[in-house]
Amino acid sequence: MNSIVCIKRVPETAEATLKIASDNRRLEEENLVFAINEADNYALEQALLLQEEFGGDITIVSVGPEKTDEIIRMALAKGATSAIRITPTDMAELDPFAVASLIANEVEDLDYDIIFTGCVASDDGFSQVGVTLAEILGIEHISMTIEMEAGEDGATVNRELEGGLMAKYDVKYPAVVTIQTGINEPRYASILGIKRASSKEIRVVDSVDIGGKRVNLEKIYFPPPGKMAEIIEGGPDAVAEKTCEILKSKGLL
Amino acid sequence: MSLNYDLPDDAVMMRNTVREFAEGEIRPVAMELDQKAEFSPELTKKMGDLGLFGVFLPEKYGGAGLGYIPYIVAVEEISRVDGSQGATVAAHNSLGIGPIYYFGTEEQREKYLPQLTTGEKVWAFGLTEPDAGSDAGGTKTTAVKDGDEWVINGSKIFITNGSTPYSLGCTAQAVTGTRSDGKKEYTCFLVEQGTPGFKAETMHNKMMWRSSITSELYFDDCRVHESAMLGERGEGFHQMLDTLDKGRLSIGAMGLGCAQGALDLALKYTKQRKQFGKYISTFQVNAFKMADMFVEIENARNLLYKATWLYEQGRKEYKLWASMAKLHCSEVAYRCVNHAVQLHGGYGLMEENEVARLYRDQKLLEIGEGTSEILRWVIARRIGCYDV
Repeated sequence: MNSIVCIKRVPETAEATLKIASDNRRLEEENLVFAINEADNYALEQALLLQEEFGGDITIVSVGPEKTDEIIRMALAKGATSAIRITPTDMAELDPFAVASLIANEVEDLDYDIIFTGCVASDDGFSQVGVTLAEILGIEHISMTIEMEAGEDGATVNRELEGGLMAKYDVKYPAVVTIQTGINEPRYASILGIKRASSKEIRVVDSVDIGGKRVNLEKIYFPPPGKMAEIIEGGPDAVAEKTCEILKSKGLL
Repeated sequence: MSLNYDLPDDAVMMRNTVREFAEGEIRPVAMELDQKAEFSPELTKKMGDLGLFGVFLPEKYGGAGLGYIPYIVAVEEISRVDGSQGATVAAHNSLGIGPIYYFGTEEQREKYLPQLTTGEKVWAFGLTEPDAGSDAGGTKTTAVKDGDEWVINGSKIFITNGSTPYSLGCTAQAVTGTRSDGKKEYTCFLVEQGTPGFKAETMHNKMMWRSSITSELYFDDCRVHESAMLGERGEGFHQMLDTLDKGRLSIGAMGLGCAQGALDLALKYTKQRKQFGKYISTFQVNAFKMADMFVEIENARNLLYKATWLYEQGRKEYKLWASMAKLHCSEVAYRCVNHAVQLHGGYGLMEENEVARLYRDQKLLEIGEGTSEILRWVIARRIGCYDV
């Protein structure tokens, strides 16, 4: 069983001090640390688990600048077979449709059963590349997968719905499956894997003009400060009581 | 050819993967293991699974076949989080695996190395004795030939990984006679656990590296077959010097990692702690301390990586650089943990705070595998201070 895993290099923003660049369309990258998008890491692990069970090749595909090779090499160190990096002239000029079109252009002739992507990218939060890719390729797709049982010709997947509901689907290959965090436990790249990754190929292609852009990023910005947080005053008992009231009113207790 | 300060790809990947491992697997348990003074076989096995034992060994012995730079980066990243696990990794690789790989016969390599790279078994290096520390020429342990066996008598002290439940054995240096120049002849022997007359006991109540095992080794008419000799008779002194020279690179990496860990903790804390209505990281007295730490750490890193690079290039002068790197990295670590505790104020004095453990763990680095004093003597001699 062959699979393709789409991964994205994103900045770690949770604890970083963010600054917007002067063109208002991107972050200042100087003091940011970049890593593989979290959901994509789970998507990669899902492909590795399938490879362990069924054998076959894993091809990594990523759209990004040269520095993306760092996360691609880690994916190769974990056990992926080979990789394709599509180099855009400017990441900020790409929308999800353009990214999906670029990927489709590279993978349509490959021999694959499943294309895995993370369900959402932590930087732009679009959740669109996976499903758009499936539509362009004309294959089935399942989004937000939280459990997966793969067979030779198809897979049974579970999706998590609101209100504690789950939904179960059957999907035939070839298909795009977008993966939620928590579906598995991503492995560490082994040190032997690091050694082996150095001899694996990363094929670099220039992005072609697919003319597919649908939305244009106007600017990114910090929203103006909103309503201040409510500070609960008083002794421990009073604070506890008031906190419980608030949680109850929100249906959380 | 231009000067290049970029690490090779494999070392960058090593840093990423070992940092992720250290944060995910070691940091959550480090404090409890330290408080209980407990060696963790589970964690050791996990480090073995990752490939941390035998980084520089060929794949046929179970290693990863990488160079020394990725190995040094790995020790640095483990030690950034926990000195005890850093010690287990550095000692097992440099002192346990190293001598068998570099000096052992093919038979010895095949017998021991595959077991030592999985993390299920560790090996120790017995050099230091109760009366022979810096003065390594004062060792009293002897080995006497009897038929096709050698009979070892004596004891060793402060031996890392000597008495873990998973110790496979140790390399023991012994006096085997007198050389033609009148000096002692040294030879090393591979002694397996369970050999009659060999006993390894764990030393307790350590101030530092509390979840790494430090041992005393006793040899009482301990008989080993002549095939257990490491290399040739009389090579023991050279083997010891060579092992310690390379070992200094990994102790340097422990100092560097410890210093970086201290700065990271200090930055995190001072950016959360407010006094006089301001974050204390913004007080100049504190900010400048951390700026100094940053500069010193970068300086130490460059010296250590250069020493490691010289070694990888096969250049003999690496030995001097390894001495400088070990001396400097361990003393930078000293200044960094001292600043880091100061920046934590009263909270830095509490064992609930990681910075207290780094403060304790640092001290060994100025003493073990060549004290700062011995290293200064090595360097002073090398630059000609005594040639008058």
